[in-house]
Amino acid sequence: MRMAKSETPLLDELEKGPWPSFVKDIKRVAERKPMAKDLLRQLELSYKDKIGHWKHGGIVGVTGYGGGVIGRYSDRPDLFPNVAHFHTMRINHPSGWFYTTKALRTICDIWDRHGSGLTNMHGSTGDIILLGTFTEHLQPCFDELSEAGFDLGGSGSALRTPSACVGPARCEWACYDTLDACNDVTHEFQDYLHRPMWPYKFKIKFSGCPNDCVAAIARSDLAVIGTWRDKIRVDQAAVQAYVAGEISPAAGGGGKKAKFDIQKDVIELCPTRCMEWNGKKLTIYNDDCTRCMHCINVMPEALRPGKDTGVTILVGGKAPILEGALMSWVLIPFMKFESPYQEFKDLAEKIWEWWDENGKMRERLGEVIERMSMRKFLDAMGLPAVPQMVKTPRYNPYIFF
Amino acid sequence: MGKTDIGPPDFRNFLPPIIKKNYGKWKYHRILEPGVLVHVSETGKEVYTVRMGSGRLVTVDFIREVCDLADKYSDGYLRFTSRHNVEFLLTDKKKIAPLKKELAAKGWPIGGTGHSVTSIVHTQGWVHCHTPATDASGVVKSVMDELFEYFGSHKLPAQVRIALACCLNMCGAVHCSDIAILGVHTKLPKVDHETLRNVCEIPTTIAACPTGAIRPHPDKEKKSVIVNPERCMYCGNCYTMCPAMPLADGEGDGISIWVGGKVSNARHTPMFSRLAIPYLPNNPPRWPEVTSAIKNIVEVYAKHANKYERIGEWIERVGWERFFKLTGIEFTPLHIDDYKLSTTTFRNTTQFKWG
Ligand code: HEM
Ligand code: HEM
Ligand code: SF4
Ligand code: SF4
Ligand code: SF4
Ligand code: SF4
Repeated sequence: MRMAKSETPLLDELEKGPWPSFVKDIKRVAERKPMAKDLLRQLELSYKDKIGHWKHGGIVGVTGYGGGVIGRYSDRPDLFPNVAHFHTMRINHPSGWFYTTKALRTICDIWDRHGSGLTNMHGSTGDIILLGTFTEHLQPCFDELSEAGFDLGGSGSALRTPSACVGPARCEWACYDTLDACNDVTHEFQDYLHRPMWPYKFKIKFSGCPNDCVAAIARSDLAVIGTWRDKIRVDQAAVQAYVAGEISPAAGGGGKKAKFDIQKDVIELCPTRCMEWNGKKLTIYNDDCTRCMHCINVMPEALRPGKDTGVTILVGGKAPILEGALMSWVLIPFMKFESPYQEFKDLAEKIWEWWDENGKMRERLGEVIERMSMRKFLDAMGLPAVPQMVKTPRYNPYIFF
Repeated sequence: MGKTDIGPPDFRNFLPPIIKKNYGKWKYHRILEPGVLVHVSETGKEVYTVRMGSGRLVTVDFIREVCDLADKYSDGYLRFTSRHNVEFLLTDKKKIAPLKKELAAKGWPIGGTGHSVTSIVHTQGWVHCHTPATDASGVVKSVMDELFEYFGSHKLPAQVRIALACCLNMCGAVHCSDIAILGVHTKLPKVDHETLRNVCEIPTTIAACPTGAIRPHPDKEKKSVIVNPERCMYCGNCYTMCPAMPLADGEGDGISIWVGGKVSNARHTPMFSRLAIPYLPNNPPRWPEVTSAIKNIVEVYAKHANKYERIGEWIERVGWERFFKLTGIEFTPLHIDDYKLSTTTFRNTTQFKWG
C-alpha cells in the first residue's frame, strides 16, 4: 500500500487520545465530500498560521426570513474552492432536545444532499447548527427542511431560539412544564425570531428549578426559573435511610464510597442554616429557606420541592459585549406559570416595547436598564419595587427624589 | 418554496412512550454508575439513561451511527443534553450492559454525571467564525483528553463545568463557568485605510468602541480612523462593525483562563468566573500550556476543596491569595480590574491571608 503524505499533519495529532475526535469524524465524511475535505485543509492552514481564514460576514438568507443563516466565505477560495462559501443554517431544536431517529436521519439526509455534512449538536443557543453550504443550496435546503417539519432559528437583532432544561420529561425537580412553555413561547413569537427588528439579540431560557441547567441566569435576557412558595416535602423515613447509609447521597453522583454525614454534608452547607437534625427527625424552617436546592440535591429520595410551584423571573443577563457581562436580576419573585402563559407573554411584549423604544443599537436589555435605571424600567412595566429584587438597598446618597 | 414560520417540531412527538406516560411524575433518581442513571416514577416505572460524551462538532455519519444504536437499544428515541452529551433512554435494564459494550467498542465515553467534568460547552473557533482568537474544537479535544479520567468518574469534590469561547463575544457565554477558556486578542486592530474608506461608515465605527479609543484620522483626506493604543482593550467591537479593522494576529492571539464561576443557585448564589491566567499562547495542535494549566487547577482543587464545594465556593472559603499560592499561578497587575465597577473588587479590610 502506498502511504500518501498526509495533507493535515497538525490536525492528525487530534485523532489521538481517548476523547472522541472531530478530526477522525470529519475525515470519514471528507472521503466522499470535497467540502468537508477542504474544510479540514483550511483548518490545517489555520493551525499553521494560528489565525482564522474566514472572511467577515456577508448577508445571505432564505425567502421570507431576516435571519437564521450566517454567511461565511473563505479568505483563501483560491486554495480551498469547496469552502469558498461555508454558510451556516440555524434550525430550531425541539424543546428538551428529544428526537426520534427518523427525524434525525431525515435531517442528515437533507444535509448530505445540500451541505458539508458537518453539524453542531447543538450550538450554544440550543439550535441545531448545519455547518457549511453554498449560497445556491440555502433555499432548496430550507424548503426540504420545512417540508420535514423543521424551521429556522434566529440570528441578528432578533429573538433567539428559546431553550429549556429537560424538565418534567425526566427530572423530578421541575417546578413547571419547561418544555411546553418553551415550545409554546417559541411558536407564539415566530415573527420576532425570524424578522430582526430590535436593538440587538434577545434570549429567553427556561429552567425547571434553581439548579438552572440551561444557565438561564447567566445566558438569557429573560430567565424563567422554577421555584416554590410552600414547604420542602420531607420523607423522614428516607432521611433515616440516608443517615443509616442505605442510600447513597447525591444520587450516587458523589462517588460510591462517599460517606454521608447529615450534619456536615447537609445542615452545615445549608446557606441559611435553616435545618436541624436531632438524630431522629429533620426539621426545616421553611420561612428561612431560600430554596437553594442543596439539601434536595444531596437527598433526592427524602426531600422534594414544595407543591405550590411557579417561577421566578429575572432579566438582563448577557455575555460581555458591549458593556461587560451581566447576570440576570430578579424582576418578579413569583409567578404562577401555566399554559397558555398569557401573563408572561404580555410581560415579554412590554419589555420588548420598552427596550425597542429606549435601547441604542447593539444595547442589550440589561445594559439599557443599567443606563436608564431599574426604577424607570419598573415604572414602564407597572411593577412594584420589592426587597427580593436587591441584595442590599443603595449605599450612595445621590437619590433622584 | 417551503412553508415559513412553522416553528420547531412539537417535542411531544419525539418523546419516548415511557417518558410520555410518566411525564411530570418522576419521583427520584439514582446514578447507578458514572454515566448511567435510573429515574423512578410515582407509577413505579423506571427509565434508564446512558449518557455518552460527544464533541459538539459532529457529522451526519456520526449522528446516523448514534441513531443505529438508539434503534437497537432505545426504541428509536434519543436526546441531547444542554452540554452536547447524547442520552439513550432505556426501558429494559438488561440492555444497559450490551449498549455500554458497543459504546466502548466505538470509543465513545460514558459519563458526565455527578461530580465529574462533563462535556465542554464551546463555540466555533477557526472552523467557522471570522473573529476567533483561538480554535474551539481542537482546544476542547485537547483539554478533554487531558481530563478524561474525570469524565467517567465521580472523584471530584463537586461537578466541574468547563466552557470555551474563542473571542470576547462569548457566544458560549462562558463567564459563569468553574473554568472558562477564553480566546483573547492582544494586538491593536490593523486599520486598512484603503478598505475602510470604501466599506465602513466612520461615525458608526467610532461609536462601536466602548472605550472611545477610535478617532477620525488626523489626515481628513484619508477618510479613515486611528486607534489610541492606550485605550484599546482588544474587544473586537470595531471589527464587528467594520471589516477593515481586523485584530487577529498569529503571534498575539492566545487564551486566558478564568475560574470560580457557576450558574446554579445550589448553596452559593451564581458567580462570575474571575481571571486566573491572563494569557497563554496558541500552540496548536495540542495547546500544551493550556491543558496543563487546567489540569493543575483541577488537581489542586480536587486535593483541597471540601465535598460539595464547587471551585468558586472553595476559593471563596480559602481566599484568592491562597488560590494563587496553592496553584502556583502568578498574580500580575493584569489581575486587578480597571474597567467599570473595578473598585468593588478591591479589598477594603485588613483581613487577608499571607498566602
Ligand atoms: C444530582 C442531581 C441532579 C440531577 C438529576 C440533575 C439533572 C441534570 C440534567 C438532566 C441536566 C441536563 C439538562 C438538559 O440537558 O436539559 C443537568 C444539567 C446541569 N445541571 Fe444538573 N442535575 C443535578 C444536580 C445539579 C446540581 C447540584 C447542580 C449545580 C450545583 C446542577 C447544575 C447543572 C447545570 C449547570 C447543568 C447544565 C449543564 C449540563 O448540562 O451539564 N445540577 N442536570
Ligand atoms: C457583539 C456580540 C456578538 C457578536 C458580534 C457575535 C457574532 C457571532 C457570529 C459571527 C457568530 C457565527 C459564528 C459562526 O458560526 O461563524 C456567532 C455565533 C453564535 N453566537 Fe454570537 N456573537 C456575539 C455575542 C454572542 C453572545 C453574547 C451569545 C450568547 C450569550 C452568542 C451566541 C451565539 C451562538 C449560540 C452562536 C452559534 C454558534 C455557536 O454555538 O458557536 N453570541 N456569533
Ligand atoms: S433545572 Fe432543575 S428541573 Fe431542570 S433539569 Fe435541571 S435539575 Fe431538573
Ligand atoms: S433548599 Fe437550601 S436553603 Fe433550603 S433548606 Fe435546603 S439547603 Fe437550606
Ligand atoms: S465566541 Fe467569538 S469567535 Fe467564537 S464563535 Fe462567537 S463570535 Fe465567533
Ligand atoms: S478592539 Fe475594542 S477597544 Fe480596541 S479599538 Fe476596537 S472597539 Fe475599541
